[in-house]
Amino acid sequence: MNDIHPFLEARGIGKSFLGITALDNVDFTLRSGEIHALLGENGAGKSTLIKILTGVYTRDTGTMKLDGRDVAPGNVGEAQELGIGTVYQEVNLLENLTVAENLFLGRQPRRFGLVDRGEMRRRAEALLRNYGLTIDVDSLLSSYSIAIRQIIAIARAVDLSGRVLVLDEPTASLDSHEVEMVFAVLRKLRDRGLGIIIITHFLNQVYDVADRVTVLRNGAMVGTRELASLPRMELISMMLGRELQHVTRDHDALDETVENGTAPIRFNDYGKRGSVAPFDLEIRPGEVVGVAGLLGSGRTETAFLLFGIDRADHGTASIDGKEVRISSPETAIDHGFGFCPEERKTDGIIGDFSVSENIALALQARQGWAKPLSTRQKAELADRFIRSLDIRPPDPDRPIKFLSGGNQQKAILARWLATEPRLLILDEPTRGIDIGAHTEILRMIEQLCADGMSLIVISSELEELTAVAHRVIVLADRRHVAELKGSQITADNIMAAIADPGRTEAA
Amino acid sequence: MISTRNLPYLAALAIFLLAYAACVLQFPNMLSTRVLGNLLTDNAFLGIAAVGMTFVILSGGIDLSIGSVIAFTSVFVAVMVGSAGVNPLIAFAAVLAISTSFGAVMGLMIRFLGIPPFVVTLAGMFLARGAAYLISTQSVPISHPVIDAIQGFYFRFPGGGRLTAMAMLMLLVFVVGASVAGRTRFGANVYAVGGNPQSAELMGVPVGRTTVGIYALSGFLSGLSGIAYTLYTSSGYSLATVGVELDAIAAVVIGGTLLTGGAGLVAGTFVGVLIQGLIQTYIVFDGTLSSWWTKIVIGLLLFTFIVLQRGIVWYSDRRLAEGRLKEA
Repeated sequence: MNDIHPFLEARGIGKSFLGITALDNVDFTLRSGEIHALLGENGAGKSTLIKILTGVYTRDTGTMKLDGRDVAPGNVGEAQELGIGTVYQEVNLLENLTVAENLFLGRQPRRFGLVDRGEMRRRAEALLRNYGLTIDVDSLLSSYSIAIRQIIAIARAVDLSGRVLVLDEPTASLDSHEVEMVFAVLRKLRDRGLGIIIITHFLNQVYDVADRVTVLRNGAMVGTRELASLPRMELISMMLGRELQHVTRDHDALDETVENGTAPIRFNDYGKRGSVAPFDLEIRPGEVVGVAGLLGSGRTETAFLLFGIDRADHGTASIDGKEVRISSPETAIDHGFGFCPEERKTDGIIGDFSVSENIALALQARQGWAKPLSTRQKAELADRFIRSLDIRPPDPDRPIKFLSGGNQQKAILARWLATEPRLLILDEPTRGIDIGAHTEILRMIEQLCADGMSLIVISSELEELTAVAHRVIVLADRRHVAELKGSQITADNIMAAIADPGRTEAA
Repeated sequence: MISTRNLPYLAALAIFLLAYAACVLQFPNMLSTRVLGNLLTDNAFLGIAAVGMTFVILSGGIDLSIGSVIAFTSVFVAVMVGSAGVNPLIAFAAVLAISTSFGAVMGLMIRFLGIPPFVVTLAGMFLARGAAYLISTQSVPISHPVIDAIQGFYFRFPGGGRLTAMAMLMLLVFVVGASVAGRTRFGANVYAVGGNPQSAELMGVPVGRTTVGIYALSGFLSGLSGIAYTLYTSSGYSLATVGVELDAIAAVVIGGTLLTGGAGLVAGTFVGVLIQGLIQTYIVFDGTLSSWWTKIVIGLLLFTFIVLQRGIVWYSDRRLAEGRLKEA
């Protein structure tokens, strides 16, 4: 860091959407010649902040200075002219164009009014040589790997803007070798004096490449720190927002009975390249298996794999001693699995359908479309669950989109309970629902496993896991790094396992 | 550059050459400049319209209004010149202005009201056809010294074939169209929008301007095609050219342009038009076949090409995946 004075300085940034505060009084400073990581869980306000810095959104409050001059980019183009360029995770280049066309789209060199392809090729080659890439720039972008595309995107952004580079999860779909390739490019750019902001979920990568880190939580600023002097545990507790505390529950009595049972559902060495590294998992009747990890650690991917949404390319699954192939959600449902996804609004409910139709969906799918449930059966089903789960308002014909988040969640639970599953996977069952419904759903989870159902609960709320789980699988960097049992299940131990994969394996 | 991107185009070219060779084996007379000249003249109006359609499909859209706009143009010109006595050149200019603005308005609606091109141009199709009926439901003959002069203008090939003004106009449109698509920023933007409109927008492509430009261009070329059609038939008739938009789409797709947008060549469309014309010529030479065989063969070719395109996409995806496995 040859230049210490703040280069991009944002103070008191606030933004709200329809009265809901997304960012509140956030300060952010970027020096030239540094790589600055921006961290936070889902909904922390990272992307809102980035979008304000890059001109996609306009801020409600606060000031923004670039080189001491007040700036207010009104759109992406203006931000580019100020020198702020962005590289997005997936959508950033055009696969159907050649590399050279991608690099020079909208600013192609021209001769006599026509695009000069020869000149464009020469310039593209020269540009990429700076990044250590010697590739055929006349080939289609789609013929290159994601890592190379990412470097091409970076080259384009830097060539267009040249002062501040913003990367939104640039490494999400790269393997470790490719990540190193991209990072080498970033370090080189840093040494040339660029200010680089990087959003990533991988803590290892943060420590690997970044100089400083700013953590956001619930739209507010937690702090900006030098990474060299910031222990991992402290960073994690900054992100999760909990002082290390000891919340334990008396699991031992339950453990005994659960431990003694045989495990009818087993996954051996189960995994998928680029999604989750192979893992072993045994699930017994009446057991709640918690899955903990930071955002992007492979939590949801694990659920997708178990439920057949993603197909495993490694390992085997067996149920009651028989080997099975779970190749689609349909087969998973046939085996008695159920899954309540994290994105309730997009993956779970069908908003315009009534509560009773939403509840009947999974059972109907299991019966096959040839044997439709009668209206009376549907009504009975809806009635039963509206009563037993206390869904409010108790009106089976109301479109589900008019229900509160907690009640929608209950309806989705009802949908799966109607199929009488033996294994139910809940991804963030309590996200976005109020405190009252929260405790009710936790109570329901306990009730269900007391009835002999197995549950997998994925959650970023550590207290939730320590409260309900008999066993907790900890994930980090898309690997299952630890399994905690009984009295080991504490928020402390989970965080320690996330911070230092491997250490707790033996504990 | 023989990349997988150009494979459908090369396949179309190969099919045309092979088919033509097969035709010549059976009917040696088909190898004459006379047949070639007629092939170009008979399909001139389709070729001109198909160039506009190529741009539309490259951008991921569709234009169903083409046939109706051609009919409208021909009736409009015929009535203006035949009944009102306007100079044909003025009538041409007026009708091109109308058809271009018609296309531009459809582009504006697609972009700024967010209505799918299929729906907007379907409405345009009915509108233009209705407007043609409104002008005249009769077939209006047309005769004027200027029109006679254009119709009578041609170059003679050795062997008796004629390169007519209409054929020259079509060739010119193809040459200009190909360089606009391949060598201008507008052309690059068309491919970009067809590849992924969100990415294109993020990369600074003026998506709105480009979309309006594409449909305006298609409207202009439909008008031009209508003029060529009027010259070809020496009349204007509001019931004519029903379904020409579908022939144009077929020509574009057979020529190797991806129906979902983003990949293809204007030159491919030329081959697509020639293939359709060749089938018709063969049927005329044979004399016993029903003209419906044209439709059947085109249908089969379309299936073949769509399967071929899927195959190429699938193949290159797989090759990329294998490449990644090796790297890892």
